[in-house]
Amino acid sequence: MKGYKRYFLKKLLWFVITLIAAVILNFVLPRLMPSDPIATITNRITEGMNNQNAVMQIYREYARKFGTDQPMWKQFLIYVGNLLKGDMGVSFQQYPRKVTDIVAASVVWTIALQLPAILVGWMIGNLLGALAAYIRKGFDKVLVPVSLFVSGLPAFGLAVTLLVVFGITLKWLPISGGYSYDLLPSFSWRFIKSVIVHYQMPFWSIVLIAIGGQAIGMRSMSIYELNADYVKYSRFLGVKDMKVVGYVFRNAMLPQVTGLALSIGTMIGGALVAETIFSYPGLGSTILSGISSADYPLISGVTLIITIMVLTMSFAIEMLYGVIDPRVKAAQSD
Amino acid sequence: MKNTLRQILHARNFMIGFITIMIILFAVSIYPLFNQGSPLDMIGLGTFFKPGTYISMYDAVETAPTYTLRLDGAAAKRVEAKLPQADRESMKRWLVAYGIPDEAVNTDDLNDLLNLWNNTYDPDARPAGLTSAFRKSVARIDTVLAGLLESLDVRVYTEEPESGEMRETAQIKDNQYINVSEVVNTRQLWLGTDNFGRDAFKELLAATGVSLKIGLIAGVIATVLGLLLGLVSGFVGGIVDDIIMFFANLFTVIPGFVLLILISYSIGQEQRGATVVAAVIGCTSWVWTTRSVRAQTLSLRNRDHVNLSRLSGHSLPRILITDILPYIASYVVMALILQICSGILAEAQLSMLGLGPKTTETPTLGLMMFWGMTYAAHQNGAWWAYFPVILMIALVSFSLNLMNTGLDQVFNPQLRS
Repeated sequence: MKGYKRYFLKKLLWFVITLIAAVILNFVLPRLMPSDPIATITNRITEGMNNQNAVMQIYREYARKFGTDQPMWKQFLIYVGNLLKGDMGVSFQQYPRKVTDIVAASVVWTIALQLPAILVGWMIGNLLGALAAYIRKGFDKVLVPVSLFVSGLPAFGLAVTLLVVFGITLKWLPISGGYSYDLLPSFSWRFIKSVIVHYQMPFWSIVLIAIGGQAIGMRSMSIYELNADYVKYSRFLGVKDMKVVGYVFRNAMLPQVTGLALSIGTMIGGALVAETIFSYPGLGSTILSGISSADYPLISGVTLIITIMVLTMSFAIEMLYGVIDPRVKAAQSD
Repeated sequence: MKNTLRQILHARNFMIGFITIMIILFAVSIYPLFNQGSPLDMIGLGTFFKPGTYISMYDAVETAPTYTLRLDGAAAKRVEAKLPQADRESMKRWLVAYGIPDEAVNTDDLNDLLNLWNNTYDPDARPAGLTSAFRKSVARIDTVLAGLLESLDVRVYTEEPESGEMRETAQIKDNQYINVSEVVNTRQLWLGTDNFGRDAFKELLAATGVSLKIGLIAGVIATVLGLLLGLVSGFVGGIVDDIIMFFANLFTVIPGFVLLILISYSIGQEQRGATVVAAVIGCTSWVWTTRSVRAQTLSLRNRDHVNLSRLSGHSLPRILITDILPYIASYVVMALILQICSGILAEAQLSMLGLGPKTTETPTLGLMMFWGMTYAAHQNGAWWAYFPVILMIALVSFSLNLMNTGLDQVFNPQLRS
């Protein structure tokens, strides 16, 4: 147990360091951009005004309100202080709505969509990959090219294809949004049904992409394991085939778990773009609207939340990995 | 070396992927020779023209010589094009109400229907169960039919510029034809036009070229950075290794996609050319290569031949290049292919969020997709504006992945069946 504790503390330290780095990057990068968002807002509000003094006054007022007249380091301190209080500033585009509110409204949708989709895709993919390695022959010949093709597709490409086939041509499923326009979020049966119907296409487009990538990785891993000495030895001893396959599957799974921890960021990135195709009310659509209206508090808020999501997920997976792989514990207790 | 090359040439997966990429590259470089002009020219005034051959009406009238062809069913086709299914259904409804049995009326066979109609229709009849509005609409269809069946010549008149007098310049009979190859101005739009009125096929090929270039630049930058950092980090070790690995670990966990969004956004729309986007993608995706190259260098650094070089006093770059690089070269090539592939996908995803290269400068696959989606091509049934783009991305990345698996099978014999 002592070894695991050290493993845990080390991972936790890394979690904190990356979080700090992410916060710094999130603060600095958007502020390097050439255009002045305060000027944009001022222009919008003072449209038709021709008194230059008044316009200047309004500009200064906004600069003071958003804190852009302060030096960079002071802005950073204010930013971190506010973050700790759970305040990510005010959106420029949807002024005076708070970024925290906008992000909180959309992050639920994204987590509810992507977490199950990625996990389901990962599990099905691993199963198919292991089967392909075990059966070989015909199944393998079909699965490998299909997986290669699907995993090479961008998530949004598959999303558009599904949308056109099932939403527009066959008219089986609704083509946009997270629920019907005529409903308000509530715990009524009608609302839940509408959410489930709207959930299908975004969900499957993410699952299918995840299956492709995972199946290929799992297949190679399983083939390596099937050729390992312990497999040959067990077969010599006459151990039942199913039991050997069980061992092989478990051993091949371990790198796949790390693989999931490492690739979860990429997967979420692709899935966010797929969300925008369906106008799903998640983070993807929020960041798209933030980008199109040069709303930097919103962009920085969303990217920070995505980073925290990814960090937490890979942290959780690594914790799990420490539990299921005895070698990690052994290595740490040395 | 020779043996490896031969093995690669015999790997079926690799060759299929390689040949597909070569065909795409060939098409991308050859097509502009046949179809001059910038792919960004907005030739169509309007959005999403359908794919097909476009013939100048003006020139078609003026084209000489004309040929007379007697083709069966030409008149029927003309009627068919002007008589939509809805009108036929109305005719059928009238006929059935008039007393014709339902199975005797066939809306698919136009000749049959027209014969039946001409024999039965009586404008003054008032079949039971039909509203007067419907009877009037059927009467209108009948008038149209009467006009369609008489084949009057089309006469073309030109206005005299001075007197303003109209002068007949041509008289076109219904069996008069011209040869398309003799019309001066025709344009083959294989994939119609996009939302800006650009030739979508031409744009697609140009965009594929640019996207491949973006992928290549991003891939080369990522691989070179990753290789250098990985080699140095693995071979030198110590504090250098610690520093490099600190950043590598940091950027493994911070998703590259978030960095891409933040950096691309900070650069601003004005400065974002294709090359800049490629460089940004390359600079955010070196981490994987660094990690694997470092791991492999670590396992090589204490081999006897490396120690011998070190004892002989060879310089660091020389040891890295002659003693370590050859052992990981196959891996580096495979990593490069994957990086090119993910570079193309990354550009497409960035563009979909509106952070791609400047639209007015270059077409890219991602930008074509972005504009297609922005103008709701999928809801307007304009499949040519987005589907070929998805297909092209899929084809390119599939071929690159196939090349990679092929190489994998050559270098890792265990994977061969």
